[in-house]
Amino acid sequence: METIKLTIDNKEIEVPKGTTIYQAAKMLGIDIPTLCYMHLDDMNIENKPAGCRICVVEVNGRKNLPPSCSTDCQNGMVVKTHTTRVLNARRTVMEFILSDHPKDCLVCSKSGNCDLQAMAHRLGIREIPGQEYAAVSTYRKDTSPSIIRDLDKCILCRRCETMCNTVQTVGALSAVNRGFMATVAPAFEENLEYSPCTYCGQCVAVCPTGALTEVNHIPQVLRALADPTKTVVVQTAPAVRVALGEEFGMKPGSIVTGKLAAALRALGFDYVFDTDFAADLTIMEEGTELLDRLGRYLKGDKSARIPILTSCCPGWVNFFEYYFPDLKDVPSTAKSPQQMFGAIAKSYFADKIGVNRKDMVVVSIMPCLAKKYECQRDEFSVDNNPDVDYSISTRELAAFIKQANIDVNSLDDEDFDNPLGESTGAAVIFGTTGGVIEAACRTAYEIYTGKKLAKIDFTELRGMEGVRSATIDFNGLPLNIGIAHGLGNARKLLDDVRAGKSQFHAIEVMACPGGCVGGGGQPLHHGDSEVLKARAAALYTEDKNKPLRKSHENPFIIKLYEEFLGKPNSEKAHHLLHTHYFDRKEKIIIKH
Amino acid sequence: MSHIKIELRKEDVDFIKGVCSSFNNDPQELINVLHTTQEHFGYLPAEIQEVVAENMNVPVAKVYGVVSFYSFFTMTPKGKYPISVCLGTACYVRGAENVLAEFKKELGIQVGEATKDNKFSLSTLRCVGACGLAPVVLVGGKTYGRIAPDDVKNILKEYE
Repeated sequence: METIKLTIDNKEIEVPKGTTIYQAAKMLGIDIPTLCYMHLDDMNIENKPAGCRICVVEVNGRKNLPPSCSTDCQNGMVVKTHTTRVLNARRTVMEFILSDHPKDCLVCSKSGNCDLQAMAHRLGIREIPGQEYAAVSTYRKDTSPSIIRDLDKCILCRRCETMCNTVQTVGALSAVNRGFMATVAPAFEENLEYSPCTYCGQCVAVCPTGALTEVNHIPQVLRALADPTKTVVVQTAPAVRVALGEEFGMKPGSIVTGKLAAALRALGFDYVFDTDFAADLTIMEEGTELLDRLGRYLKGDKSARIPILTSCCPGWVNFFEYYFPDLKDVPSTAKSPQQMFGAIAKSYFADKIGVNRKDMVVVSIMPCLAKKYECQRDEFSVDNNPDVDYSISTRELAAFIKQANIDVNSLDDEDFDNPLGESTGAAVIFGTTGGVIEAACRTAYEIYTGKKLAKIDFTELRGMEGVRSATIDFNGLPLNIGIAHGLGNARKLLDDVRAGKSQFHAIEVMACPGGCVGGGGQPLHHGDSEVLKARAAALYTEDKNKPLRKSHENPFIIKLYEEFLGKPNSEKAHHLLHTHYFDRKEKIIIKH
Repeated sequence: MSHIKIELRKEDVDFIKGVCSSFNNDPQELINVLHTTQEHFGYLPAEIQEVVAENMNVPVAKVYGVVSFYSFFTMTPKGKYPISVCLGTACYVRGAENVLAEFKKELGIQVGEATKDNKFSLSTLRCVGACGLAPVVLVGGKTYGRIAPDDVKNILKEYE
């Protein structure tokens, strides 16, 4: 490999050809500031528009100050990253960016977590000369079921566009207009609701400012908690317990399951349950469906569609409903764990405690923004009463806990309530890429073969590569498994299915890079993929520590079937736990 | 933003498809495709952009991004006689704004719009390189120089 020698801030370094000055500096421990550049190395995600010009450096022999993020190293280069000229240029650029930026930091939902604010602080900006001449834009606010766009706060870093188009291939957002009118918007500057947006929230996850944020549902939850006539039930998704701690100063990958249950109880929820219970239930339904379809397929039944696709991820569901409506009979009909939980809570559990479903409020804590949209879908309500009333993100929960003066660090661990709080290790790993299909394999294997698994861990299904595949031996039947995370990767597998070229029997898809651990509602990773890996590793640790690690061994799941549902895929189970899909493009009518 | 709701005829869709395939449906050729399409239809309404996007395999948001970036592209139909008032520096200081106001008043339309009978449309531009004739107005291919608000009525009369 050809290498290049150069000097950065008087330190010599040798780097592979093609390395940028920014990357080389990083290797030397020099952290050049930047607002637009973003690189999640393990996931092949890079945003490099060289737009913000904060990362400029001085290179001996060059007249201008090149942006280090998009300038390749050359032999003999002498780079300085903090000369007076560089610092002045950086400051001027920053002052320009700030000149027309709203100054409402005190009440901005991104305050304290804003890259722009942090950069202003880091660069020591104390005043913004010329701001009196710069009109702050007044672009209309766009509120969708999940995401709020407040374009006045956009600094045109175009990270959202990279996530939406390059990574997710959703194509909802693009830079539009020019000059002072330039902004990032859907086609024809329609609202997000009338675009192909899947509400995956990856744009929100990378937005450096308050331009893209989640819809805040805390006020509604507060109101429900304060209403004495309501029984308020909360469920929390697997990926929340390995990320929430970050909002309270803990290191990424800290497991806070017990503290989470304690905090939710302290907030006043009447029943503190676990979406993991519903994840176990999902495995029972989806696993049974997989075996049924596979069995029919192997017998030559042409109506049995193979591969079966997982359907837990609402961003993914939105994606195939928009781009692959012709394949809408391919995914499993099983509802997502969030919706299975809601359906069971407002039937089985409501009956058990003698509460009318109208007097029960189900709140979910999710790493996800698409869940906000999902729980509002018409088919997930009975007589206009939704199965899940409100979905709040991990970030919103953290804010809620802080408002309630709860010191998470000093809370003692508590358990979830029963009967909807017990779960197995299989459910915990739903929160990371590969986890759902591993959980399904654990149960499907034992049901199909009638034998106990010798080794519970299917390590061949784990990892962070965007598209993975493995063949699992089901007692002589080789089962081909495909896994994709990130919708762009999912599209590749779907294109194969559409073309009839897919070799897989089952495919797991999660919309967000890394799976739910990297969800759009999680604490911000600020471009550090190590954070996502630490969360995923924590889920596998949590799984390992569970006494039960296979969904069909969950005693409360067994009881639920005995008392209420009969057996997996029974008529009652179908009615409550399964759904159907739409051609979403047809449903979204562009209003002109 | 206002968009015109139009119904594309089959031959319109086929025309756009033909343009796209003449550029091998290569996303790199998007600007050329839009250029040719606008030449044919006179403008690029949302419905046309959607067909282009589908056939060029690019998100419609991207197509709109290009259309809205280049001032050459327009989403509103031009009238039979498109009127452009120059607002370049020389024209502006010599009162082009008053001329423009008079056109708006006489035609009852705003910049970027066309009259109901689609006879006239109004736009502005920056400098046609005839600053000696400021303020300058173009109607179709014809240039009018040293225009005062009082001349507007007479200019329009020429096209009756």
